[in-house]
Amino acid sequence: MSDFDLELDARGLNCPLPILRAKKTLNSMTGGQVLKIVATDPGSVKDFEAFANQTGNELVESSEQSGEFHFLLKKLA
Amino acid sequence: MSEKSMTIIASKGTLDWAYPPFILSSTAAALGYNVNIFFTFYGLQLLKKNLSLSVSPLGNPGMPMPMGMDKWFPVLGTAIPGMQAMMTGMMKNTIKSKGVASVAELRKLCLEAEVKMIGCQMTIDLFDIKREDLIDEIELGGAATYLERAGESDINLFT
Repeated sequence: MSDFDLELDARGLNCPLPILRAKKTLNSMTGGQVLKIVATDPGSVKDFEAFANQTGNELVESSEQSGEFHFLLKKLA
Repeated sequence: MSEKSMTIIASKGTLDWAYPPFILSSTAAALGYNVNIFFTFYGLQLLKKNLSLSVSPLGNPGMPMPMGMDKWFPVLGTAIPGMQAMMTGMMKNTIKSKGVASVAELRKLCLEAEVKMIGCQMTIDLFDIKREDLIDEIELGGAATYLERAGESDINLFT
C-alpha cells in the first residue's frame, strides 16, 4: 500500500457513515494529500468508487485485506 | 464540477421510513449536491426537537422478527398492546449493533452539511403542530415552494 497523509478508521460503520466521515476528513486536508480509509462495510467498495467519480477526488487504490476494505483517496487539487 | 441538486418529499413518520430521506440527503450533500427535503404529513415527525419514532410490525409482513416470530406468529398477534414498543426497542438495538447511524445523528449530519429542510405549512395547521416543537433550522413553505426547487433539480424523490 502506498503512502498516505491521514488515516480514517471506519471499521464497524455502516452506510452511509464511511462516506460521510471520509468527506468530513477530506475537508480538513489540502489538495493532493492522500487519505487512507479502513472499512468493514462490503458496500463501501462500490460506494467509494461512486464517491470518487462524482466528487473528482481520485480513488488511487481499493483492496481487500483479511476481511477489511482499504481505500486510498487523493484529494482533488 | 457543476453543482447538482436533489429534492426529496418525506411523507412518513416511522423509525424505518426516517432513514431513506436522511441517508440519501446526507450522502448527496457529501457528494456536493445542493439538497432540499420537504416534510409533509407524518414526515413532520422527523423534524421534532424530541424525536420519538416507532416501527410497527402490524400490517408489515416484510418486517423480519426475531427468533422466526414472523413465521409462526399470528398476524393479529402483532396488534397486541406493547408489541410496537417491543419491536421498536429491538429495532433500535439492531441499528446500534450493526453500526447504522441513529436518525438523530443522520439528521444532525444533514444539517451540518447544509441540507435545507422545509416543513409543510398546511400540515402544521392541519395537525396543530407547534412551531417551537420543531427544530429551529427549518423553513416553512407549501407546494409552490417545493415545486420551484424540484423544477431546478436533477433528482426528485418521494419517500
